[in-house]
Amino acid sequence: MSIMVKVEEKLYQNRYIVDESRPHIQIKSEEACKSCDKQACTFCCPAACYSKNEAGSVTLVTDGCLECGTCRVVCQDKGNIAWDYPRGGYGISYKFG
Amino acid sequence: MVEKFDAIVIGAGPSGNAATYTLAKQGLKVLQLERGEYPGAKNVQGGIMYSHELEKIIPDFREDCPTERHIIEQRVWLLGDDSYVGTNYRSEAFNTDKPNRYTIIRANIDKWWGEQIRKVGGLQICETTVTELIRDASGKVTGVRTDREGGEIHADVVIMADGVNALLAKRAGLQTEAAPENVALAVKEILFIDPELIQQRFGVKEDEGVVIEIMGKVTKGMVGTAFLYTNKESLTIGIGCLISDFKNGDCPPYKMLEDLKKHPVIKPLIEGAEMKEYAAHMIPEGGYKAVPQLYGDGWMVVGDAAHFNNAAHREGSNLAMASGRMAAETVLELKAAGKAFSAANLATYKKKLDDSFIMKDLKKYRELPGIMHGNKQFFGAYPDEITAAAHNWFTVDSVDKKSKEKQIMKSFVKRRSVMGLVGDAIKLVRAVR
Repeated sequence: MSIMVKVEEKLYQNRYIVDESRPHIQIKSEEACKSCDKQACTFCCPAACYSKNEAGSVTLVTDGCLECGTCRVVCQDKGNIAWDYPRGGYGISYKFG
Repeated sequence: MVEKFDAIVIGAGPSGNAATYTLAKQGLKVLQLERGEYPGAKNVQGGIMYSHELEKIIPDFREDCPTERHIIEQRVWLLGDDSYVGTNYRSEAFNTDKPNRYTIIRANIDKWWGEQIRKVGGLQICETTVTELIRDASGKVTGVRTDREGGEIHADVVIMADGVNALLAKRAGLQTEAAPENVALAVKEILFIDPELIQQRFGVKEDEGVVIEIMGKVTKGMVGTAFLYTNKESLTIGIGCLISDFKNGDCPPYKMLEDLKKHPVIKPLIEGAEMKEYAAHMIPEGGYKAVPQLYGDGWMVVGDAAHFNNAAHREGSNLAMASGRMAAETVLELKAAGKAFSAANLATYKKKLDDSFIMKDLKKYRELPGIMHGNKQFFGAYPDEITAAAHNWFTVDSVDKKSKEKQIMKSFVKRRSVMGLVGDAIKLVRAVR
């Protein structure tokens, strides 16, 4: 849990232009996540967008997304992530990069 | 009315900027599309820029390009749990009118590139995401579709400079998804600090900079490296490992970065600095064998999207700029000769790449990614053993030196066996020869 707090502090420094209620990444099937033994997205995502939920599946909140693409690469064997860029102008906007 | 350009360049990173500028400067009608709020808004780079390739495109770039510090000292550190063994190279000869390497802040450089592109008549449109390539009945790429209303734009040729995710080529079936062992994930922070402290702690004058490349225990046995760079008024610190290793481990990348910042030899260098941004980015590390198809009817791919990165030497943006320039030069040559942008004619681009340092260097190190991936001792056992050996050697405790040598050798052999040590040495030599 302490790890979660830390990454939120990090993300707090970033500038985001949020596209309300239009997440650019989606989990295709919650059931498929239940059958995934590692759920590697939950510890590989550098913004901690993915977390294990009580139902044994994975919850995705894209607000802090850094648009790196790691989750898509990690999940390619399962193919359970629909990954897209945010609409033009939205999402992370690096001040320094 | 459907607009038609000579060329469309997708992405405002180093490769897209190089391509766009080169085309616009020769008077071609070129459109560069960028999905970020401004050029650089989606770009992340560790922060070293090599001047040689930029100089070929914009010879007098130093007049107003917002670089940070020129590098006068390179350190390579192997980190143990509470120590490092390292090498430094510092030279006054790096203090020239035309330095070879600078630390940079990516967003500043890309905004500057944008101005240069506009000055030579290129059109750069931001806040526009390209959603797909438009192809005619024969499969030739004839333009792009964007997320803007009526956002269909046509061109004789499309240059994909959309970065490591390379979503466009993948969606069009021109590339497959990168394997987890062929891409690294790096996380990075920018830490603002009083420049006086940078000068004191790194032993440099104003405008002089230091690069520290780091290997060792901080990557927890995973294949990866870390870095610490000095900017004008800030430091950038980052760490990255192969995604296959992150996937098989259980350490989140931000935890690894926190541990790096707390390491006893790193902490004093960054103490008192204020974190202003946290970034993450994938880095193509598969090398020669991971380079995809680079051209086809009406299209070319450049930079990270083409997997042009020399992981062994930590060079990326120079390969990006060079490939962008070569793609543009191919377009200029075909245009001047009145030739079509067919796959057969665009093969010139591949020829240029093959004749350049890009493919030559990637080819030289083609076995390295596989060897690093299959031999984790380079990132766990060796940093441990080497730092322990140094500690033993430099501790004066009335043990005679010959016995110390024996202790050190014994420890190495115990960890890795004689055959293992010899085998690793052979593998490494083969990989870098």
